[in-house]
Amino acid sequence: MFESLTEKIENAVSKIRGYGVITEENISGALRQVRLALLEADVNYKVVKEFTNNVKQKALGEEVKKSLKPADVFLKILKDELLNLLGNDKAELNLSGNPSIIMLIGLQGSGKTTTVGKLGNLLRKKNGKNPLFIAADVYRPAAIEQLKTIGKQLNIKVYEQGQSDAVSIVENGIKYAKENNHDLVLIDTAGRLHVDNELMQELKNIKEKVNPGEIILVIDAMIGQDAINVINGFNDALPLTGTILTKMDGDTKGGVALSAKHLTGVPIKFIGVSEKLDGLDYFNPQRMVSRILGNGDIMSIIEKAESVIDEKEAMSVAKKIQAGKMDLEDFLAQLKQIKKLGPLENLLKLLPGARKMGLNNISIDPKQFSKLEAIISSMTKKERKNPDIIKASRKQRIATGSGSSVQDVNKLLNQFEQMQKMMKMMKNGNLKLPF
Amino acid sequence: MGIFSKIKGAFKKEDKSVLTYEKGLSKTRKGFVDKLANLSKEYSEINDNYFEELEELLINADIGVSTVMDFMDKLQLRVTKENITDPAMLTEIIVDELFIIYVNDQILTNKINYNKDGVTVILFVGVNGVGKTTTIAKLASKFKEEGKKVLLVAADTFRAGAVEQLDAWSKKIGCKLVSDTNTSDPASVVYKGLTKALEDKFDVVLIDTAGRLQNKVNLMKELEKINNVAQKIIPGSPHETFLVVDATTGQNGISQAKAFKEITNLSGIILTKLDGTAKGGIVLAIKQEVDVPVRYIGLGEKQEDLQVFDIEKYIYGLFKDMM
Repeated sequence: MFESLTEKIENAVSKIRGYGVITEENISGALRQVRLALLEADVNYKVVKEFTNNVKQKALGEEVKKSLKPADVFLKILKDELLNLLGNDKAELNLSGNPSIIMLIGLQGSGKTTTVGKLGNLLRKKNGKNPLFIAADVYRPAAIEQLKTIGKQLNIKVYEQGQSDAVSIVENGIKYAKENNHDLVLIDTAGRLHVDNELMQELKNIKEKVNPGEIILVIDAMIGQDAINVINGFNDALPLTGTILTKMDGDTKGGVALSAKHLTGVPIKFIGVSEKLDGLDYFNPQRMVSRILGNGDIMSIIEKAESVIDEKEAMSVAKKIQAGKMDLEDFLAQLKQIKKLGPLENLLKLLPGARKMGLNNISIDPKQFSKLEAIISSMTKKERKNPDIIKASRKQRIATGSGSSVQDVNKLLNQFEQMQKMMKMMKNGNLKLPF
Repeated sequence: MGIFSKIKGAFKKEDKSVLTYEKGLSKTRKGFVDKLANLSKEYSEINDNYFEELEELLINADIGVSTVMDFMDKLQLRVTKENITDPAMLTEIIVDELFIIYVNDQILTNKINYNKDGVTVILFVGVNGVGKTTTIAKLASKFKEEGKKVLLVAADTFRAGAVEQLDAWSKKIGCKLVSDTNTSDPASVVYKGLTKALEDKFDVVLIDTAGRLQNKVNLMKELEKINNVAQKIIPGSPHETFLVVDATTGQNGISQAKAFKEITNLSGIILTKLDGTAKGGIVLAIKQEVDVPVRYIGLGEKQEDLQVFDIEKYIYGLFKDMM
C-alpha cells in the first residue's frame, strides 16, 4: 500500500547519503521529493507543509551537524515525525457496557457493512464476544440482505426490522441483545454525506437513545484531500471515538492515515486488508511507520501466522521434517495451513526489504495451491505415504481424478522428492543454507 | 475572448441541467471558489506566495500532483510572458488553462456509442463502493424513459447482497434482470444475459460487475474473461465500458484509470457522489495522463441527478460565484 511512498523516501534519503554535512541547500531537493511523495499519497496539504518544515528544522539542527552519518539521522527524523503524525500509541477499543455498543458510520461505499462483519468476527475470536449485528441501513436497496448474508457466513445473528425507522430498530435491537445474552452489538448504519443534515440528525438521535461506547467512522483509504472535510463533518455532528481505514490492500498510498489523527485527534483503530471476512487488522502506528520507511513488518506476519496455524499440527509436522519422514499427507496438511494465511502476496509485502527484492508486486495465483491440493487428494492413502509406488498408470489415474495432466503430477512428485532430499540432508546435518 | 467569458455568456439563459449542476456542486464550489476569490483579493500583486497558495488550492481539489505541477509551470511562464501583475486577471487565465488541460484540442463527444445492428452492451467497472449498481439503476431508467428495452445483468457474484440490490432496482424501474445465484463465475452470468438479450431483442444491456481493487491480478483477469465472453456472443461489444469513480477519490484515481484501461476498452468515467464536499479534480489528471474523458456525473441520489458531463458546465459550476 505504501510502496511508492517508500520508494520516493528511499530516493530522497539516498541523495543525502552522498553528503558529509547537511546544509539547507543540499537537503532542499530531498525535502521537495518528500513533499511531492506525500502529496501524491493524498496526505493533507497542510500536514505536508507542517511535516516538511519540521523535518527541515530538525535536520538543520545541531545534533545532525555533529553526526557522522547525516543520512541516517535524516531517516530517524523522518521516522519520528511520521510517528508524531500517526500518534505514538495503539488506540484501544472501548468495550465497556453490557452489551458494549459499537456504531459504524460513514459515506456511501466506504465499506461499513463488510467492516461490521469483519469487526464482529475479530472481536468474537480475540475477545470471546457473542456479537449481534443490527441492520440500521434502511435506505440502500438490499443493504439488509447484504448484512444477513455476512451474518450467515459468520454464524452471527442479525437483528432487522426491514426498512422501518432506524432509531427504533436500534433500540429494539439493543433490547433483543440484552434478552439473548449478546454482550456486543455492532450497528450498521446507512451511508450518508456529512453535509446531509437530515440524515446526520438520524445518527444523533441513535446516539442519544443508546449511547454507543464506540462511534467509528469508516473511511475508504483511497480518499483524497476531501478526507479532512469528511472527518470533521462527522466529528462535529457526533464525537467520533475512532476511524477504520478500509481497502488498504489496494495500491492506494493511504495518505489519509498520516493526516487523520493529526488534524482531527481521532485515532485510527483498524485497517481493512482484504476482501475476506478475516481481513481486518489492528492499526499499529509503529508498524505503519516501519512499512512506510521500508523496514518491513515481521511482527504482523508472526501474529497472522499464530492466529491461523494449528500449533499441534505444526509441531507434529516439524518433528517429521526433522526425522526426514514427511510424506505427502503432511504436505497436504501444510498446504491447507498456508491457505489459511490468506493471500500470500500480502505477507510477502511485509517482509523487510520486500520492495528491493521485487516481492511487492508478485502475484500468486491461489489456483496453484488448489491444483496441488487436488492432485494429492486424488491419491490413495497408500500413495501419499509412499509416493515411490506411483508409476505410469497410477499417474494417469491421479491426473484424471484431479483434472490435471500427467506432467502436473510429475512436477509435484519431483518437487516433493527434492524436498525430501533436503530434509534428509538437514537430518544428517549436511545442509548448508544458501545464505 | 477567453473561454471563461464564453462560458459566462453561454449560460445566461435558464437551463434546467445547469441548475442541477449548480445545486449539486454548491457544496463543492464553496471552499474552492471562495478561496480562489480570496486569493485574488488578498494579493495585490502576483508573487511566489501567491503561486504557492494557488498550488495548494489546486492540490486541495484533488487535481493530480503532476498535473498541478505542469499547470503551475505553464501559468508562471504565461505570467512572465504576458507581463500579468493583477491577480484578478489571472483568475480568468486559470479557468482557461484548466479547460485546455481537459480538452487538449480533442473533439469530445458524450453520445452513447449505440450498436446500429442490434443490442448495445455497456459494461460497468470500478473499485469497491464507488456506486456502480446505483449508477446503473439511474442510467437504466434514463434509457427506459427514452423508450428503450433495457436488460440488467447482475455479474457481481462476489459481494453479499449485490444481486438483491440490482434486483430491487430492476423491479423499481420496471426492467428485466438476468442473474444466477448458482454460479460464482461472472462470465457465465454475462453469457446467459447476452444470449437472452439477443433472443428477446433488447436494445440496451447494462452489466454490473463486482468492485475490484485494480492491483488484484486475478480479479482483473476475471474482467478480461467477461470481455472475451461478451465479444464472442456480440462481436464488437461491449460498446461502452464505464469506469465508475467516487468523487472523494484522491491520486489513486489515476492508477485506477490506468489499470482498468489496460484490461478493458475503457470509453469513459462516471464521476459519482459529487454532491458532497469533494471536488473530483482527479478527473482532470485522469484526462491528461490516461486520456479517458468523463461521460456522466452523479450529483445526488435521484435519477435525474445523473447528468451528462459537460466540461464547460462543470467549470462553470465550480467557478460560478466568481463571474
